[in-house]
Amino acid sequence: MGFERFGSKSFTSQAKVAEFVDYLDKGELAYTKCRTCSQAYFPPRADCANCLGNDMEWIAFKGNGKIVTFTHTMYAPTGFEADAPYTIVVVELDGLKVLGRMNKEVPVDTLSVGMSVKVEIVKLPDGQVTYEFLPA
Amino acid sequence: MPKDVAVVGVGQSAFVRGYPGSIRELAFEAFREAMQDAAITVKDVGASIVCSAPEYDKQRTPSGLIAEYLGLIPQPTFIVENVCSSSTSGIRVAYSLIKSGLHDVVVVLGFQKMSEITSQDSQERMGRGADIMFESPFGTLMPAYYAMHARGHFSKYGSTEEDLALIRVKAAGYGVLNEKAVYRKAVTLEQAMEAGPVCSPLKVFDCCANADGASCVILASADKAKEISKEPVYILGMGAASAPMNVTGRSTFSGLDCAKLAGQEAYEMAGVGPQDIDVAEVHDCFTIAEMMAYEALGFAEPGKGPELIRNRETYKEGKIPVNVDGGLLSKGHPIGATGGSQVRTIVLQLRDKAGAIQVPGAEIGLVHNIGGVGIYGNVIIFGR
Ligand SMILES: [Zn+2]
Repeated sequence: MGFERFGSKSFTSQAKVAEFVDYLDKGELAYTKCRTCSQAYFPPRADCANCLGNDMEWIAFKGNGKIVTFTHTMYAPTGFEADAPYTIVVVELDGLKVLGRMNKEVPVDTLSVGMSVKVEIVKLPDGQVTYEFLPA
Repeated sequence: MPKDVAVVGVGQSAFVRGYPGSIRELAFEAFREAMQDAAITVKDVGASIVCSAPEYDKQRTPSGLIAEYLGLIPQPTFIVENVCSSSTSGIRVAYSLIKSGLHDVVVVLGFQKMSEITSQDSQERMGRGADIMFESPFGTLMPAYYAMHARGHFSKYGSTEEDLALIRVKAAGYGVLNEKAVYRKAVTLEQAMEAGPVCSPLKVFDCCANADGASCVILASADKAKEISKEPVYILGMGAASAPMNVTGRSTFSGLDCAKLAGQEAYEMAGVGPQDIDVAEVHDCFTIAEMMAYEALGFAEPGKGPELIRNRETYKEGKIPVNVDGGLLSKGHPIGATGGSQVRTIVLQLRDKAGAIQVPGAEIGLVHNIGGVGIYGNVIIFGR
């Protein structure tokens, strides 16, 4: 299995970082860190732009994050119509930033920049896997 | 202050919803106007650069088709694409072609016929203008990204939805005067504030409309410009920069780093500062984009952009008139044509031919054109 299982709709089939999906299957959201120069990356990368190396280790995010910014969209692109409205959020987690959605049950008027959130892995009925955020 | 390359002709089609013609015919409308403005023939043209975001085109490799229809065969032609900033990137390439001595006269033709696909499919394509591996699977879309910047600006500086609404009120007021704009109705503060939500905190009137349109900018070497043009407008400075496409790589959500860097580079090359700019066209695909441009370009200190619009300093009579042609908010935003349209407005201003929106005595003008949500930033400074 490759990267096509990430998200309710993936636009990429093969990727060297497809292990990202294996971590989601294990219930973890993971990033990569260069073993040569210690640069950490989210989104995860197979190659290090800092030292040109490719010796990466996978590390699961731990703990809670903080909302950096968010928006509640009433409209959705083709392929996501059934999901709207939904809240897109950027969260700072373990010193990195992560983009995702808030859990749909969380009212947008309860959110604020700086608010504490936790990540949760979501397994969709069709076998796809993704993650979302919930108030911590 | 270099004066090596000049604009000698500008043209623009009307920006409309559902242009009743093909892309070649749309392109010709802008081309005809620019060629008549420059008063040259196709034999004078050394090369053409066609600027368009190709995902809207059913025509594959449109530069060949467009150049043929414009009569610019057998001269070299190629496409330059940087989504919403395609045509100012085309101008940057034209500048280097001319300054290198390869060509004397270069046509930069930007076009987009967005109505060939539905608005929803258009959003889907724009969503894929983000990182398709790690952003698009969440159903991201252009207004959502700018909305997250609005939230970032609000939370850092205390700016408000009303500050953004005031920007739309200004744009709409000038849009009424622009015969080539797609939206030509005034918008009151109340209407802007009560409009339906799109992506919070952005509402309907915070967003520009898709449109079909074409723009054409003809550039020439200084020597050639003096020979053929009574009123050349020179490129005094240019800056360009990029930023991470995936917004998680950005340093801030209260501004666009690529715009700031491009602005600094352009000011440095031109040897001028923000206080020297008489009139500016900034990339206001959303109201928040204009607010961030005020600050990126140094028209206001970071966080002080709201004061500029509250005090009407960016109106025609203000300290730094911005988007007095109605901006993208009124004109519409036909991706590949947008930057060329901004340049046209500034060139007309510097020639003292801008009619009802003329800023009296304008000598130095600035264009700020952004591709994607701050992926690509181009700033060009023009002078007489
Ligand atoms: Zn490294």
